[in-house]
Amino acid sequence: MKLSKYLLSSTLAITALTLAPSASAFCGFYVAKADTDLFNQSSKVALVRDGDRTVITMANDYIGDPTEFAMVIPVPTVITKEQVHISDAALLDHLDAYTAPRLVEYFDDNPCNRMRYDKMMRSAPQPVMEASIGMAEPESLGVTIEESFSVGEYDILILSAKESDGLQVWLETNGYRVPAKAKKTLGSYIKQDMKFFVAKVNLEEKAKQGGEMLRPIAVAYESPKFMLPIRLGTVNADGDQDLFVYTLTKNGKVETTNYRTQKIPSNKELPIYIKDDFGDFYKDMYKTSANRQGGHGVFMEYAWDMNWCDPCAADPLSNDQLKELGVFWLDEGQGDQPTPRRMRPKQMAKNVYVTRLHVRYDAESFPEDLKFKMTGDRQNFQGRYILRHAFDGEMDCPEAKKYKEQVNARKETEIKTLANLTGWETKYIRTKIKASGKGELFELDSPKKKADWWNKIWPGDD
Amino acid sequence: MAGISQYRPQKTLRGGALIGGLLADPRHYQIVVLSSLILLGTFHFAFQLPWWHVVACIGSTVATQFMAARWVGHPFDVRSPLISALSLTLLLRTGSVTLSIAAGVLAIGSKYIIRWRGKHIFNPANFGLVVMSLLFTGAWISPGQWGTAPIFALFLLGMGGIVTGKAKRWDVSLTLLASYAALIFGRALWLGDPLAIPVHQMQSGALLIFAFFMISDPKTTPDARLGRVLYAILVATIGFTIQFAFYNAAGIILALILTAPIVPLFDIFFPAGRYHWPKFHPSNPGVPHETVQIPAE
Repeated sequence: MKLSKYLLSSTLAITALTLAPSASAFCGFYVAKADTDLFNQSSKVALVRDGDRTVITMANDYIGDPTEFAMVIPVPTVITKEQVHISDAALLDHLDAYTAPRLVEYFDDNPCNRMRYDKMMRSAPQPVMEASIGMAEPESLGVTIEESFSVGEYDILILSAKESDGLQVWLETNGYRVPAKAKKTLGSYIKQDMKFFVAKVNLEEKAKQGGEMLRPIAVAYESPKFMLPIRLGTVNADGDQDLFVYTLTKNGKVETTNYRTQKIPSNKELPIYIKDDFGDFYKDMYKTSANRQGGHGVFMEYAWDMNWCDPCAADPLSNDQLKELGVFWLDEGQGDQPTPRRMRPKQMAKNVYVTRLHVRYDAESFPEDLKFKMTGDRQNFQGRYILRHAFDGEMDCPEAKKYKEQVNARKETEIKTLANLTGWETKYIRTKIKASGKGELFELDSPKKKADWWNKIWPGDD
Repeated sequence: MAGISQYRPQKTLRGGALIGGLLADPRHYQIVVLSSLILLGTFHFAFQLPWWHVVACIGSTVATQFMAARWVGHPFDVRSPLISALSLTLLLRTGSVTLSIAAGVLAIGSKYIIRWRGKHIFNPANFGLVVMSLLFTGAWISPGQWGTAPIFALFLLGMGGIVTGKAKRWDVSLTLLASYAALIFGRALWLGDPLAIPVHQMQSGALLIFAFFMISDPKTTPDARLGRVLYAILVATIGFTIQFAFYNAAGIILALILTAPIVPLFDIFFPAGRYHWPKFHPSNPGVPHETVQIPAE
């Protein structure tokens, strides 16, 4: 039997949330979000951390023969059955939706009459993904099986090894295809006293449980190491991988200590047609930002107090959902509060701060595993992009001309911003604007002469 | 034109002497380099560093120094507290201006209160930095904020070399970097890791800033060169241990505060002249600088 190693990396797709339509808000009307399923070859991990306690939830988006599925993850300690929990994919989807980069829109008032037009858009739910499973039998060969148990549809082994040769032989005789290059990496983890969390799918259990998706695995452990092992995943990967890390902490933002965490460009005004192309926009903007750092990097896409959001791409997670993700301090010193709904900031202390990091990496640019640090920084940040609709009704007043000129100038700036963020050519953007019929320039009654100062010196000249 | 060119040589001569005089004091270099790094961090690396934090921190270190100098009856010099404030704003991240001010007071306060054999024990900025980040969740050290851009690493090396070369304490910086590198590369060889990993680790901006601008402080390092070399090896070893056995990314910064109390022992075993900042009088800039070495005690 042949099993391909499925390491902490691969593709995902997700999100089947009906989004609560938002009302008028300080940060604009919520229009759309950039889902993680825009990015191929990506994985999602939620990390709950306080002190040395960590709960990690890993989402699989494995698609293929279930018997081919296997996952090998280095873990800092031996893990027992009680420390493993099968989670719900919808949780990570919700967390993803809540933290996703968002598009908002504003509508200009009639310059002739300060009347407000409230229009609202909402995004449609996204399709769901699927995945499948596999299994094999454990057997010892110079490797210690520290624990062996089944949870949900997974058969799990916790291995420790004295040296990489033995571990590799064991893995190979048990049907794991281990790339030759991985041996050194395994050896390095062994010397760092890491154990190996090996999961396969128990087909019988999977059949009983039904469904096509593999559910996420949550693991709770206590270790001073606040890190994510990515090295095994880069050994055999061709090209870049995207990893989304959602951290939930008490204090504030989480950042990487061995790579620079930077903020994704945010609060940019864009041409109106982006409403239909937000996914493409975000993908190319991310790529351009990463390329400016050599093609890879750690980008913060969201950092927010879990009690609220503005505008909301999805409701904040409820206490139950947070507990399911492993937020173990919720009950500490406070009564249960009803979940805040909608976007109003509520100061009912749910002491959870979420950070969303989007990492694009390959073996060369990210030779080391990701190491994290909790900071006391609670300054909220979100990837937010703005559409400003010009007033399109009847305008019959002297201010109208000036307004139209201003709008046209604004739209030119938006085109330049978009070109700069995405690397798209302005010519291409103009074509798209024309084709969409949205947000075109106002036609001014008399074609406006260039208002440079020298035009005013000799107004008679042509 | 003629008038100007006739006048110029004299001006240049005087200007040159003035610049030479200014450059003679390593603290002036350090102030220029640290300020440039703050500007670079703020504008290129997008640190969250509001200008009023910088002003508040400088204000608190200078005011503390002023009051402490009056208290002990020393002449007041603005340069040392300025350097401490710049180092603090570079390495301590906080959202609270109060914590920034507190760090400044602690840093300079430690200089006057915690002393032995006529020397202060702790590097002031290091003391303020570590104590604040241990006591308050709202203040922290951000080792990853500089990233690992190799070009930036080279820039720091060059600039740092000038500063510490002037301060005659390049031996500490280079020994620290060399011994830290030896440990990092040794670890990689033992683990069988690709060399890209230790190279990546050595390119840490925070490590280089520490090596060139913090541990190189001539006032808190041992007086004798051999003592300094051994001390740097000790700091590197402890920093490495904290980073890789206790998983604290700010290991090297913690190592300095932990080892500072034993610097007087190094001075007992390896006695040498004590370092004094060069004397510089703006009114008399033509005088070449001299590094006064007077015996301790």
